[in-house]
Amino acid sequence: MTSKNLEISVGAFVLAGILALVVLALNVSGLSYRADDQSYYLFARFENLAGLSERAKISLSGVTIGRVVSITLDTEDYVAVVKMAIDKDVPLTTDTSASILTAGLLGEKYIGLSVGADDELLINADEIEDTQSSIVLEELIGQFLFSRSE
Amino acid sequence: MMVKALVNRVRFIGNGMLNISAGVGRAAWFFIHVLSWGSGFKAPFKRLLQQVYQLGVLSLPIVLVAGLFVGMVLALQGYHILVGYGSQEAVGQMVALSLLREFGPVVTALLFAGRAGSALTAEIGLMKATEQLSAMEIMGVDPFKRIMAPRLWGGVITLPILTVMFSVLGIYGGAFVAVEVLGIYDGSYWANMQNSVEFNEDVVKGVVKSLVFAVVVTWLAIFHGWNATPTSQGISRATTATVVQASLAVLALDFILTAVMLGGF
Repeated sequence: MTSKNLEISVGAFVLAGILALVVLALNVSGLSYRADDQSYYLFARFENLAGLSERAKISLSGVTIGRVVSITLDTEDYVAVVKMAIDKDVPLTTDTSASILTAGLLGEKYIGLSVGADDELLINADEIEDTQSSIVLEELIGQFLFSRSE
Repeated sequence: MMVKALVNRVRFIGNGMLNISAGVGRAAWFFIHVLSWGSGFKAPFKRLLQQVYQLGVLSLPIVLVAGLFVGMVLALQGYHILVGYGSQEAVGQMVALSLLREFGPVVTALLFAGRAGSALTAEIGLMKATEQLSAMEIMGVDPFKRIMAPRLWGGVITLPILTVMFSVLGIYGGAFVAVEVLGIYDGSYWANMQNSVEFNEDVVKGVVKSLVFAVVVTWLAIFHGWNATPTSQGISRATTATVVQASLAVLALDFILTAVMLGGF
């Protein structure tokens, strides 16, 4: 092997190693988030997220159609505002409702949507009005005990 | 008679201990001597390039194929465990964390010991048997700087790079199995992974592990070559010793490093 070829192959080897490290940094540990243009954004307000996190999935009839982009707190009403990215080819009606659900017994939190019967469609940056917060088990038990004691 | 047998037994044990101690001492002295590659830059750098090619580029196929299959198997096994809890979406997190923290550094180091370490021992052992090393010394060339140092540094540079590539291939192999074969939504696979993997905690610590393994494996390999009995049987014994000792050292060190990194001690 000539000296030139040796240098080229070693250089390619080291560069591929650096590239692999960059992949690990960006794609695997998610230091930055790649934006995709294949979706539109909707907002929804929830009283209690109970463990919903960014990049959680959004599903409709069990099919995943998008993910949570960001979560912020509205300091006027003290509710959580969730920004969601939804696939472009899934049109949603204006009376769509959103609720926070749990996958399986111990699984991750996700947002479940159910579509209404309206004719009008939600467009980019619209808000889903009809939301239902996550069911917190402690509150449920509290309510049950309270109603029993009456 | 009885006393003599006892004394002989004590002598035997003591002699063994002295031999072990002498071996460790020789290996440590050897390690200090191979750290420096001498003066100048261009000629030693050429030799280093040659070693990175021998140890790294030529090890690529086995490491990449192994990474791919390890990742695929992890995804398959993890899926069948997690599906019982209804959390099969977490398979991406499981594959990435086990690859970055354990399988990447350890399996790559074991493959490296078998593929490159054995070759190093055999090469240097044969140089010793054919008296090339003594010939160099007579010519006034230091074989430590000329032969050993580029090999040690080549190994130290190479193994972390191979480890990172192994992990990346494994994660993509796992993604292929999880998404295409098992039907997990690929957003869940990556999102779960990105939520749980910390760059400093997982990626960097894995690379630190592989740096330690690189030093130990290459050091053992060139030491056994240099220390070999200059016969064909001696070289074969030295090569075996390299692979066995390097593998055991990697596994034992992995436990210690993991315990320190996780803060269990």
